[in-house]
Amino acid sequence: MNRLALFVPLALFAGLSLVLLLGLDKDPTELPSALVGEPFPAFNLPSLMAEQQFVTEQDFKGDVVLVNVWATWCFACRIEHPMLNELSAKGVKIIGLNYKDQRAEAKEWLAERGNPYQFNIFDAQGQLGIDLGVYGAPETFLVDASGIVRHRRVGVVDERVWNTEFRALYEQLNGSDQ
Amino acid sequence: MRLAALFALCFSALVFAGAEVVEFSDESLRSRYQNLVQELRCPKCQNQNLADSNSPISKDLRREIQRMLEEKMTDREIKNYLKSRYSEFILYRPEVNKNTWLLWGSPVLVVLFGVLILARHRRQAKPLVAKGREMIASDQQRLNAMLGDEENQQ
Repeated sequence: MNRLALFVPLALFAGLSLVLLLGLDKDPTELPSALVGEPFPAFNLPSLMAEQQFVTEQDFKGDVVLVNVWATWCFACRIEHPMLNELSAKGVKIIGLNYKDQRAEAKEWLAERGNPYQFNIFDAQGQLGIDLGVYGAPETFLVDASGIVRHRRVGVVDERVWNTEFRALYEQLNGSDQ
Repeated sequence: MRLAALFALCFSALVFAGAEVVEFSDESLRSRYQNLVQELRCPKCQNQNLADSNSPISKDLRREIQRMLEEKMTDREIKNYLKSRYSEFILYRPEVNKNTWLLWGSPVLVVLFGVLILARHRRQAKPLVAKGREMIASDQQRLNAMLGDEENQQ
């Protein structure tokens, strides 16, 4: 028998080890998003601030925006909030999606911590959340001017995440508008 | 008795599954509902299906599935609805496509590989077996000759 053939099991083992080794660095809680490259789902929901007023996806069409899913029961949103304030101060347009929350508490939260949002969608039942495939707040979607979702982040957007995942894409999308 | 207890323990997860009361207009929907929540995965709690999970998102999705069943959607339509939102991750039984063909095909490939090795092995073994038989036959002759000789001497 060919002597080289004896090394086939070793080679298979090495290959398998390599695949598993590369897998170690991956975050298993990060799901691939089905929405990137797709239009932002249509909705018609009340605004958080003005109960009688309804908002739709048309309300932010034409702008490059971040849509940030948050709630007062979400602990990580506390950590994320100052970063959103900072981004908003820099001129980034952020739409809030208040997800399965109480209206009074949410209003109080914004009064206390500052309001970085252009407006807030009040999604008490989590219906838009399901359409977006939200499975844990906070989540942030980058939506381009024609209403296509370009990037999604599950978890806190901090300085590092903004710089590595969002910034270049955001600037590119904004640049191509002008 | 002990065996029965063990058996009951093995299936206790199934007993707890879908413990909440779900009302259907048509009882035939219930078994489909049970199948779907068993086969769909909770997006938040990675290793549980929708039936086992108590997370809020699973509750919402179970409610959605119930709503869609009442709306006469087929199982496939319901799965596609969830897949388009939560990606293929949500299907515990992934569809066959370019990412999963190897996963689905690997049992077949492994069996074919085994058959191939077996066939090769037999082919190589055949002349050896024939040779072995010859050797046994010649040894037997020698033995007979020796024994025959001994008998003659006595």
